[in-house]
Amino acid sequence: MSFLEYRIKMVPTGLQKFLHLNWPLILLLTAVAAVGWLMLYSVAGGNIDTWAKPQMQRFGAGLGVMLFIAFVPIWFWRNLSALAYLVAIGLLLVVEFFGHTGMGAQRWINLGFIMLQPSELMKVALIMLLAAYYDWLPGDRTSRPVWVLVPVILILLPTALVLTQPDLGTALLLMLGGGVVMFCAGVSWIYFAVVIGAGIGLVATVMLSRGTTWQLLHDYQFKRIDTFLDPGSDPLGAGYHISQAKIALGSGGWGGKGFMQGTQSRLNFLPEKHTDFIFTTLAEEFGFIGAFSLLTLYALIIGFCVISALQNKDRFSSLLILGVAANFFFYFAVNMSMVMGLAPVVGVPLPLVSYGGSAMLVLLASFGLVQSAHVHRPR
Amino acid sequence: MRRSNRDTEETARQVNRRALLMGGAMAAMVAVLGARMRYMQVEQADQFRLLAEENRINIRLIPPNRGLIQDRNGRLIAGNEQNYRVVITREDAGDVDAVLHRLAALIPMTDDEIDKTTREALRHSPFVPIIVADRLSWDDFSKVALNAPSLPGVSPEVGLSRIYPLDTDFAHIVGYVGPVSEADLAKLEDPDPLLQIPKFQIGKIGVEKWTEDTLRGRAGAKRIEVNALGRVMRELDRREGVAGSDIRLTIDAAVQNFAQVRLGDDSAAAVAVDVQTGDILAIASAPSFDPNLFVRGISQRDYAALTENDHRPLANKSVQGAYPPGSTFKMVTALAALDAGVIDTETSIRCPGYYEVGGRKFHCWKRAGHGTVNLKRGLAESCDVYFYEIAQKVGIDKIAEIGRRLGLGGRHDLPMSAITEGVMPDKAWKVARYKKDWVIGDTINAAIGQGYVLTSPLQLAMMTARIASGKAVQARLIHMIDDKPVPIAEAPSLGFDAANLAAVQRGMFEVMNGGNGTARSARIDDDTMLMAGKTGTAQVRNISAAERASGVVSNDQLPWKSRDHALFVGFAPFDNPRVAVSVVVEHGGGGSAVAAPIARDILLRCLHDGIPPLSAYPAAQRNRIDSQFKAMKLRDPDGVLPGKSQA
Repeated sequence: MSFLEYRIKMVPTGLQKFLHLNWPLILLLTAVAAVGWLMLYSVAGGNIDTWAKPQMQRFGAGLGVMLFIAFVPIWFWRNLSALAYLVAIGLLLVVEFFGHTGMGAQRWINLGFIMLQPSELMKVALIMLLAAYYDWLPGDRTSRPVWVLVPVILILLPTALVLTQPDLGTALLLMLGGGVVMFCAGVSWIYFAVVIGAGIGLVATVMLSRGTTWQLLHDYQFKRIDTFLDPGSDPLGAGYHISQAKIALGSGGWGGKGFMQGTQSRLNFLPEKHTDFIFTTLAEEFGFIGAFSLLTLYALIIGFCVISALQNKDRFSSLLILGVAANFFFYFAVNMSMVMGLAPVVGVPLPLVSYGGSAMLVLLASFGLVQSAHVHRPR
Repeated sequence: MRRSNRDTEETARQVNRRALLMGGAMAAMVAVLGARMRYMQVEQADQFRLLAEENRINIRLIPPNRGLIQDRNGRLIAGNEQNYRVVITREDAGDVDAVLHRLAALIPMTDDEIDKTTREALRHSPFVPIIVADRLSWDDFSKVALNAPSLPGVSPEVGLSRIYPLDTDFAHIVGYVGPVSEADLAKLEDPDPLLQIPKFQIGKIGVEKWTEDTLRGRAGAKRIEVNALGRVMRELDRREGVAGSDIRLTIDAAVQNFAQVRLGDDSAAAVAVDVQTGDILAIASAPSFDPNLFVRGISQRDYAALTENDHRPLANKSVQGAYPPGSTFKMVTALAALDAGVIDTETSIRCPGYYEVGGRKFHCWKRAGHGTVNLKRGLAESCDVYFYEIAQKVGIDKIAEIGRRLGLGGRHDLPMSAITEGVMPDKAWKVARYKKDWVIGDTINAAIGQGYVLTSPLQLAMMTARIASGKAVQARLIHMIDDKPVPIAEAPSLGFDAANLAAVQRGMFEVMNGGNGTARSARIDDDTMLMAGKTGTAQVRNISAAERASGVVSNDQLPWKSRDHALFVGFAPFDNPRVAVSVVVEHGGGGSAVAAPIARDILLRCLHDGIPPLSAYPAAQRNRIDSQFKAMKLRDPDGVLPGKSQA
């Protein structure tokens, strides 16, 4: 479908687009970000300058980026998909050779004004490229092996690069994000069954490789898996963080200990309390009510995205929206599972809430694509 | 490329179907997350809340003030001293080394100490206070306090530590405290959580150890909030502890000081007891040591000096030393023979200078012999042959029974360390101990306090008190606890016939006051407090027949270790006994020349408040005694005021 088929005459133009934005989505995103500011203010011990203020500024910048992307027609972005993918691959290679090392992995690239994590960019670029691919591919070829192999390679290439950093969490999220787009595009169930089967086999192999010469994961990663399976096994070492996170979360109870009253957070029992473990502070200070409210906000964002995708008759647009939604979903689902002891600690931030500019900027940019698709949908 | 409408609609439907499936899956996951939240935050909340509280709240003990130890008049013997010290906290100090160098300008500190403290500070967490200097003078302490603004992270602190103001006088009685050790913890089945405090001070020996439970008190506690690093954030609440009870000893510190000084540099012990109550008035052991050294942590050199000294300053000879009592034992032999009825108070025995039994000759100390001797003369002139004979008549088992009745061969229960039982031998004892039968020679030796008989100065003093009073008085060291007097049990009679007891006492009177009494030169020349006593000279070596033939080598010519022990027991006033005393001077020579004068001085010191008046001494001795008293370096009685807790 070419841009002509978007029935341009019916697509809003100029400032009219402002009225056709998906406003509930913007409000929900802002609400989630506001929760983040509140929590960053709290974990900084009531100091706004430490984390909350920079985070607000970044959100403001991110919002600007989102609106800019939203005002540019979606077909323009679709045509940039391949370029975006190549740039992201290039950046991943740069990071491989010149990147900054942090937390035992090479992940960051210094752009001067921001520390960029190319793998974040890659998640969006991959979704765009796969959506564009299935937009281009005639429907009857979707499940043919050759045409399935192409997107698989497109997914595995960046996944491999991210794995060498090594960043298992992001690699998994990349595969899941790409997989969701393929699934939504209608690739046959059989392939997914095969991949899931292979995945189980792979996990088994990885676990068996432990302690051998061809060990597939770093020791710290195995340690995290151990800790996940039994946090009590090492309560003062690797398991300490997850145990303390669970204590913080559980001790919040129904109504929480009150704003800035979380003992676990205030007395520094919580690790990484302004980044990956910020959800535990929320759960401690606002209890089940606060934690469940945030979960609801997240679910509503996903819900509005899915509705927007269903409304959109353009294949690229709806696949893109679903991909972005899934990407966002995996962020918070993995993060929450991690701090609640349902998943191993993999270092995934809570989207829009955890302190950090790069991830938020990329997320808001991806929602800019969702808005653009929404504004410029065929009517 | 154009696609047909049908194709487009087909794929769009495909997307929508899969999109709904995706949405459903995500909704399911959200439901799982919500359920997990509910499970942890609602169902398991109490359990997690408890864990969070355990994280946050620590309980710290507040050590109670240790009870004081005072003499019978309330003078402080062991107290708690404010210990001025300076601590530094790294995180407040910034550059620890620079701050310490500035501090070194105010208080004495070497570069080595500065380096050591800096390293120590770097080893601990930044908020842990490190002790820079301990036991500062008030002047140094105020200098630091005044200059606090220019010394970031440095803070002056006040703690309590044990101090013994009368240092050497009470070292053997009161002992000292020290930090609780692993060995202590293993030994004591004491669940007191105070013992878990690092370096908590407990009594190590002496009264400090044996009345530990009374002195220690009960711990208070405070609940504090800590952060993940263990830093104290605030105090939540506190419960004060109960201070330890104060103990008053029966000892009079002035008398004790007099006795200790009077013993001087000799290796000697002296015990003075109240004849009626058994109260220990003085219990000295010389030489002594300064217990404060042990509290502060004694240096290797000081400790080696104490352990290598052949006069054994660390040994508490008054209760721990077991000596042959020598002739001071003769009252026991006499009382046994009288009590058994084998002699009466006037029975006479001829002393030719030796006693022959079983083909062996046992010599009297007087080679020429005493001629005809009765009980009074036997004691007064200490005739050995008299006691050989009566001992053989009465037998060892009766002698041992009377010895035990007088407190020999048994442990006097005082709160002091290493109290010996001594040895009061009888036939069964020898069989059990040596697997040999008792022989007649053993009885002959025991009759004059040689052979197997071993007694401590404490036992000798108690024996004398019992002979003087005729009652089974019990030794007592604790006078009051928290100003409440410890009750004295009424002492039962020893059950001796009054005439027999009086005869023995009379014999002891003659020792001092008779014309030929062995201790006549050490008599008290004051009719209101005439003294009774008995000398003893205990051999510590065997005199061979060859040596006896060529003349016994006099003590002066022997090496110190081979000289005889000098002993003396006595009481006064004779007609109304109040104080009994025993003195043992190790390797001192003769009892009458060495031990008796010491005993007389201590007796007089007990009976007088202050230095004994010269009028109590025989006129010829007064000049010598006067200069002797003037040479004594006694502690100023007002130097240490009655102690009140300084906390």
